[in-house]
Amino acid sequence: MPKRTDISKIMIIGSGPIVISQACEFDYSGTQACKALKEEGYEIVLVNSNPATIMTDPEMADHTYIEPITPDMVAMIIERERPDALLPTLGGQTGLNTAVQVADLGVLDRFGVEMIGASAQVIKKAEDRDLFREAMASIGLRVPASGIARDMSSARRIAREIGYPLIVRPSFTLGGTGGGVAYNPEDLERWAAWGLDASLTHQIMLEESVIGWKEFELEVMRDGKDNVVIICSIENLDPMGIHTGDSITVAPAQTLTDREYQVMRDASIAVIREIGVDTGGSNIQFAVNPENGDMVVIEMNPRVSRSSALASKATGFPIAKIAAKLAVGYTLDELPNDITG
Amino acid sequence: MKNKKALLALEDGTIFHGTAFAGSGEAFGEVVFNTSMTGYQEILTDPSYRGQIVTMTYPLIGNYGVNPEDVESDRVQVEGFIVREYESVPSNWRSKQSLADYLDHQGILAIQGVDTRALTRHIRLAGAMKGAISTTDLNPESLAQKAADAPGLVGRDLVREVTRQEAFEWPEGRHAPLRVVAVDCGMKYNMARSLVQRGCTVTIVPAHTDADDIRAMKPDGILLSNGPGDPEPLTYVVETVRRLIPEFPIFGICLGHQILGLAFGGRTYKLKFGHRGSNHPVKNLATGKVEITAQNHGFCVDMDSIDDPEVEITHINLNDQTVEGLRHRRLPVFSVQYHPEAFPGPHDAGYLFDRFVESMNDENS
Repeated sequence: MPKRTDISKIMIIGSGPIVISQACEFDYSGTQACKALKEEGYEIVLVNSNPATIMTDPEMADHTYIEPITPDMVAMIIERERPDALLPTLGGQTGLNTAVQVADLGVLDRFGVEMIGASAQVIKKAEDRDLFREAMASIGLRVPASGIARDMSSARRIAREIGYPLIVRPSFTLGGTGGGVAYNPEDLERWAAWGLDASLTHQIMLEESVIGWKEFELEVMRDGKDNVVIICSIENLDPMGIHTGDSITVAPAQTLTDREYQVMRDASIAVIREIGVDTGGSNIQFAVNPENGDMVVIEMNPRVSRSSALASKATGFPIAKIAAKLAVGYTLDELPNDITG
Repeated sequence: MKNKKALLALEDGTIFHGTAFAGSGEAFGEVVFNTSMTGYQEILTDPSYRGQIVTMTYPLIGNYGVNPEDVESDRVQVEGFIVREYESVPSNWRSKQSLADYLDHQGILAIQGVDTRALTRHIRLAGAMKGAISTTDLNPESLAQKAADAPGLVGRDLVREVTRQEAFEWPEGRHAPLRVVAVDCGMKYNMARSLVQRGCTVTIVPAHTDADDIRAMKPDGILLSNGPGDPEPLTYVVETVRRLIPEFPIFGICLGHQILGLAFGGRTYKLKFGHRGSNHPVKNLATGKVEITAQNHGFCVDMDSIDDPEVEITHINLNDQTVEGLRHRRLPVFSVQYHPEAFPGPHDAGYLFDRFVESMNDENS
């Protein structure tokens, strides 16, 4: 399929300041995307508040706005530049969130801007806990079991159903008080009482803990013809409970047999289709119980992620560049790998 | 016995040093590389690897151990095994045994410490060649000579060594509505499992079973299995298939695809270094969709040699544009060069078994 000619001006939202979990990897992906789309002859409008990024160098985009990445500012730039399309999946979580907020404001509809790569609806389905849980259930995949309790007796009942260890999270707290891990009924008494007290609505969520399980990620790409490929699998040397950002990660996965890897591969393909990412890359995380192989889906990022840079370098497959080209209509079989030709 | 010095010699005199992590003695065969990152146990037990010494391009092998389920035949089939680094401490909940113990028990010589990247590059550039690995003869010249003297794959009937001697009823799915007769040229277990899952009874027959005996079993369809080596010496299977083409739905896989190509009057040729791995992109020409496929073949059908205008290409390999599938336009007869049964490999092409089942149902209705 040739590239789209019904759009000519594309807006890209960068990731803004460098913070934990959002460092230079999104400058890397955004820069690749700018280059890839310019190479195809598109006019690029770029918004990024961080002047210390490669992507804000003058030759990267046609119009560069070093402005705060806020919905209002992005709306103003859209009004002035009138892009045909907005590509939200390459600027990390900030880009994704801002794009959804701009869509919610009705700005995209008003100025006829199409979200390419992933729509606002898709992003919400991946990011909203309940919607994601429902989506996974509909394709037969398991997420950690959970339940909501409003008093101690229901907390005890849910804990009996889920089993230990489990995570106790108070709902609606002021300033995110986090949660606690209950390894036994005594812990539960303490954490549940604390959580119910800390919650403004006097409710807690109890969730099956996957602490100590093996942690895996798959980098997946899909094109407009529904071709899906796995760019690589990743295994965290440190198990669940240690944040990926703090963990040594290895590509490809090291301790899955082919039978188990293919189950995870099939699951990833089902997830990207069910969530509905139209084109581009996604990162899907799994936990596997080292005792019995039980597998749960942890989360899905419908965008280029922290792991994408690692996966790109490990495999030689430039995920962000290809994601940008898929977003403007190319299909995976039309894009030769720069390394293997 | 462990960590004994070992030598790999290729027929052109190229030498690699390593150490044995299982087995001892000498092994001969065509040296081939497999690019799968997972699935070493399925690869080791795949009868299509008979006559070959397999090297894995993935550098760390043994990580998840060995289990009783992930086998594709009743024994290890490779002649020898070469890895960059063997991992002796497996981590996997299904692991029952280390890979070294498994290979040792079956008397398979396996070596590590070989620069498998250099070996693979050499095979890619210079083409497939015979090799020898040894823990007893560490003289490079003498071992290279043994490699050169070893029998190659071309013109050799390896199917004879791996086919069953008696017909065998696959134990699951015995009362299923459709009867498939599978011609065993070195059939992987998962072909039978894939058919049973789709409502078939599977009778596996020796490769030398003739057309009349197959007809007498009243099959609804015929599966031509995978198998090792060169298809051209298998004239007896080709002749059987030629006689059955007009009468039954036929599905050929890998060597079975090549046999079908020969039965349609075509020829086959040897690829420079073959396709072996779980990551070969194949395009389905009818739908435009891409499947990531498992492959294991050193020979290929030359479509230009098939004169029958009713036979057409259905799939091509996106890496080198070679033929990956063919079909007859009118008859329910088709085949693919790759492995829809996976194990190891992606499940993208499982629809081909569905198509085979549909073609049998269509014929019956």
